Parts: sequence; structure tokens; C-alpha cells
Amino acid sequence: MDSSPEKIVPKMQVRNLYKVFGSAPDEAIEMLKQGAAKDEILEKTRQSVGLADVSFDVYDGEILVIMGLSGSGKSTLVRCLNRLIEPTSGTITIDDCDITRLNSEGLRNLRRKKFGMVFQHFALFPHRTVQENAEFGLDVQGMEAGERAEKAREALKQVGLEGWEDSYPDQLSGGMQQRVGLARGLAVDPDILLMDEAFSALDPLIRRDMQHELVELQDKFKKTIIFITHDLDEALEIGDRIILMKDGHIVQLGTAEEILTQPANEYVSRFVESVDMTKILTASAVMVRAKTVAYPKDGLHTMLRKMRDVGISSIFVVNRDKTLRGLVTAQACNDALKSGTKTIDDILVEDLPTTTPDEPVTNLIGRMAEANMPLPVVSVDGKLHGVVVRGSLLAGIADGGFDPEVAMENCSDEVAQ
Amino acid sequence: MNISKFPLAKYIDTLLDFLTDHLAWFTKGISEVMSTGMDYAVDALLALPSWLFILIVAALAYKVVGKRMALGTLLGLCFLENLHLWVPTIETLVLVLIATIVAVAIGIPLGILAAIFDGAHRVIMPLLDFMQTMPAFVYLIPAIPFFGLGPVAAIFSTVIFAMPPAIRLTSLGIRQVPADLVEAADAYGCDRRQKLLKLQLPIALPTIMAGVNQTIMLALSMVVIAAMIGAGGLGGEVWKAIQRLQPGKGFEAGIGIVILAMILDRFTSKVGRGKVAE
Repeated sequence: MDSSPEKIVPKMQVRNLYKVFGSAPDEAIEMLKQGAAKDEILEKTRQSVGLADVSFDVYDGEILVIMGLSGSGKSTLVRCLNRLIEPTSGTITIDDCDITRLNSEGLRNLRRKKFGMVFQHFALFPHRTVQENAEFGLDVQGMEAGERAEKAREALKQVGLEGWEDSYPDQLSGGMQQRVGLARGLAVDPDILLMDEAFSALDPLIRRDMQHELVELQDKFKKTIIFITHDLDEALEIGDRIILMKDGHIVQLGTAEEILTQPANEYVSRFVESVDMTKILTASAVMVRAKTVAYPKDGLHTMLRKMRDVGISSIFVVNRDKTLRGLVTAQACNDALKSGTKTIDDILVEDLPTTTPDEPVTNLIGRMAEANMPLPVVSVDGKLHGVVVRGSLLAGIADGGFDPEVAMENCSDEVAQ
Repeated sequence: MNISKFPLAKYIDTLLDFLTDHLAWFTKGISEVMSTGMDYAVDALLALPSWLFILIVAALAYKVVGKRMALGTLLGLCFLENLHLWVPTIETLVLVLIATIVAVAIGIPLGILAAIFDGAHRVIMPLLDFMQTMPAFVYLIPAIPFFGLGPVAAIFSTVIFAMPPAIRLTSLGIRQVPADLVEAADAYGCDRRQKLLKLQLPIALPTIMAGVNQTIMLALSMVVIAAMIGAGGLGGEVWKAIQRLQPGKGFEAGIGIVILAMILDRFTSKVGRGKVAE
């Protein structure tokens, strides 16, 4: 099944790649070729199969997502591509060069020039500043200090970290740390950017932001990106093409639409089915960030202006630590101003219906049908995580996941009512 | 049952005799050069008036560690001066510093080797176990034929006794660098030298400095034992007090060693931690 967007020469060709962990891989490969299963081989030969006969192409400027559950071989595969893990057999060709034949010096040069890599747990260097982390790849290439500082600053700007150059990684939030990781990868201007579960360790909302920004960056710079994930929603969100893996095999390779509408086998269709189930979607998957919030110290005029600025008719009041205090409506605000009251205490609605981040979406549908206010999503410690509005809920269910852009549009209409 | 005793002692003696016969010209040469160097170092430090030396050290303590440390240093060193222990204190300080420099200069590279090559690790670690469990006094005996009685023989046995923590903690520090960071360095094409200089050594630095600190402390304790083969210094004062049964004098010199130990410990442990906090 060749579903490349255009018929052009692939950037990278992977052919018949095998990886067997163990001391006698030949026997295992022989058994694999005869169709033996992973478990059977482990039992008979004590060899563990990582990859079995994996072949695919990567085209210039695409985001290719490799997805699978843990143990499916996706992390092994991405590490074979730059030989952090040595493949047992098979070829990997980049620009007419079979990289499986390179000696260690050739391999180092390849990694320095062709690849950038972003890791699940960021893997930032704690003793280097944000700037020095972004410079790392260039530093290793031996680039002169002034030039590499310039390029690293440029990369940090692209990921929105201007002004954080002199901080250390442990002073940043998880999302910002991964931006540094991304900048480190972009700074070397690699032919291929490998991203290993790059967003899996982030909060759902931050994660969605990052997915969007990645797609934007890719639109702008036409990077070739190979993105590993275990999350089908993420794969559908960012992938031009998706490779689905199981037990070291490729189960299906195609566009998001092909995978959803023409699942190659039972396994894929079971996978895809779950996408549409409202039961597995939770409030955190369909919430949006509150567009703006008010603080108890804000005066009535400030609150009104905040509401007017983003076009909403009510506003949540939170403490500095994001603990939800209550809700103030524009109507109540206006009335209070007319009657000369200056404080919010009298008009603050404290007894609000709320929900928790892991509440299943099915439970929310009924509640949202009645309410005309956004439903705040509050964690156990009382902090406001986001809000569910009718638009975001419907968009979430319709997409079987989430499309924040659509949701944002819908919810702005609705909250403004 | 009459199994004759295995002549281990004889074999070791023969080996050492052989080594002394063929290497003594070399080791004695080293001994000459080093003892001259040490004399110069001691003379140079003693050329400073003691009050000036004390002020300099206290100022350093203030800059590196803080106010309380500076005050403690000032009082401690003035007390030593008052007890008329200034000369032995300086002698001991020079002995400890030279032994530490040699031990660290050998120990850190060996630690790096042990961290990078599993083969080296397998050879070095049991040797360290041996070096650390062997009673310290035993090292004194072969030191004499090689270096003659005196401070150089003392430094030799001190280096052997004090080196293991420098090796161990260097190796440990490098091996403890998180695997995902090492993988990131590999993924960006680091060669072995770059990986060591840009990643492993900086991250291992606090652990390595803890090793250096341990080495200094061990060197200090060994320098006292080495007084038996003529190391002099504060240990020499203790040794004299033992031979003459003068517990008071013994304690005076002993307290001097404690003061020196505390000052050296605070300095080095601060340097190790200071780097991380940055």
C-alpha cells in the first residue's frame, strides 16, 4: 500500500529491517521469515524480537507518525534509524547512502548533520543554560561560538522561548523544557527530526498546544519529521502519514483517513473504534483553557473589561494559585456598579456545578444540555484546569478526540450569548 | 597431616627486594627531588608571618564558604599558633596537599578509565578493595626501602591509602549520569572525548569532589600514622608524645589535626556543592 502524497524520490528508505535482541539472532530471523510469532520465538530461542521485516519510505517535508502500544517496537525502530540501536539486518538509505554500513566516524558525522532528536523525558543537560542546551548539537559539530549562539537564539525564538536563554532547564515547566528540546533539535537544521514520544510526558492542554505548534513549524520550515507516539489521537492530529505497529511488524501504513476508514485488519479496526467512544473520552480531553480569568483583587471595572476583551458574558474568579473561587456574570457586574457597590463579594456565585478532569464525557452531555454556563473542570485540590463548553464538548465527541481550533470558535459564540 | 607453610612472606620479600635492587636508584631520585621541593614549599609558607597566613586563609574561607567558617578558621589557627604548633601544622598541611594532588592526579584518570571501560572496572575495583582493607601500617614497610625514612616515604604510603575514594567516586559519578542524557549526547554525534568533557565530567563533578574530599580526609589520617616513618608534622608531635608518655602534648597535637581536618573538609565540600548550586 503506497500512499505517499507525491511520487517523488523518498528522503529515506528503510528496507527489510530486523532487530533481534539476543546472542543468536539468525535463527530468530529465519523463524520470523517463516511466519513465526514473537512469543513463540522468545519461547523457543530465547531471542526477543524488536523489529520484524520493517520497510517504509520517508518523504521530504512530511510528518510521518509511527504509532503503536508499548512493546510494539516503535522506540526500537526510531533508534535504529540513527543507529542508537544497531539493526540486526536490513538497510536504511538516506540520500543514496546506506547508513547501516557506516563506520563509527561516518555514523557520528551522519548524526551531527542529518539528524535532530527530541526525547520523551526531554533529556536536557542540567548543567547547561537553555541557550547552551540549544547550542549543543552545533557545539558538537565544532561550530564557532558566535555563529552557533546566533543559530540557537533563532531556534529558541521559533519555539517561543525568547528571553529564557539564561535560565536553567530545572527552572522551566515541562512544556517549556520540551520546547528547549525541540529548539536543540531545530538548531542543527537537520534533514530529519526524530521525535520519540516527545509530547507524551506533558499535560493534555500543553500537549495539544505543542502539537499545533509543531504542525505550524512544519508548515513553515518543511522539516521532515518522524514522530513516535502511543496515542492515536495525537497520530491523527499531526501525522501526514501514519505507520501502525504491533509486535515489531508494520500493521498498516497510510494517511489518517485511510487508517480510520479502511482499517487493514481486526487489530487496526479495534484500535480505531475506540477513538469514537465517548466513554473513554474524559472531561480533560474536551475542555478548553478558560479564555481569561479574574482575580479576587480585580475591581468590577477590570472584570467587565476582561469579559469585553474576549467577548464572554461571565468570568471565573480564581486565586493566584488557580483555586476556583466562583463566577461573576457581566449582568451582575453592571447592576452592582449602578447601585454603587465596589466589591465582588455580593455578586460572586460560589455554589457552582463543577466536574473533575477524569469525568467521562458521557456523564457531561446531559449536564451541558441544561446549563447555559461553561462547566469548570476542577481538580481534587480545587484548582481550575479548564472549562467545558457545549462547543468543545460536541467538537470533542465528533472528532473522537479533539480539535481545539474548532472548539475555540464554537465556544466563543456560545459563551458570548 | 603435615603441610608445610606456604612461604608467602618470603615470596613477597623476594619480590620487594628485587624491585628495590632495580628501582631504588629511581625511587631514591624521586625522593631527593620531592623532599627538596617539599622543604621549599614548607619554607615558603613559613616565610610568611603566621598572622598574615592566618588572615589570608580566613579571608579565603569568608569568600568561599561564609562568615562563620571565616571566624572558625581564624580562631582555630590562632589557637594552633598559640600552642606553638605552627611549624608542624604547616608541615602537615604541605604533606597532605602534596599527597592529595598526587592521589587525585592518578585517581581521577583511573576513575574515568574504570567508568568507560568495563574491563578496567573489573580490574581496578578489586584492587581498590584490597588497597582499602589492607591495614594502613603495612604500606609503611615497603615505603622505606624505596624512598628512605622521611616525608617522601610517608607521601607514598599516604597516596596509596588515600587514592581509592577518588577513583571510586569518579567512576561512580560518571556511571550515574542518566542514560537518557548519554543517549542524547550520542544522538547528536558526540565522540567519546566530547561526551566526557561536555556531559559526563560536568555532571559527575559533585560526586568527584566528594571523592576528593574523602581523599583529603584519608590523607590527613594517614599522615599521622606515617609519622612512624619520619613524616614529621603534627603526626610527629603525636608520635613523640606516645614515646615519652605525655598525654597532654599528645592531645594538643591531636586537636591541631582535628582543626586542620575541619578547615580542609569545609573548604572542599563547599567547592563540590557550590558548583551544582550555580
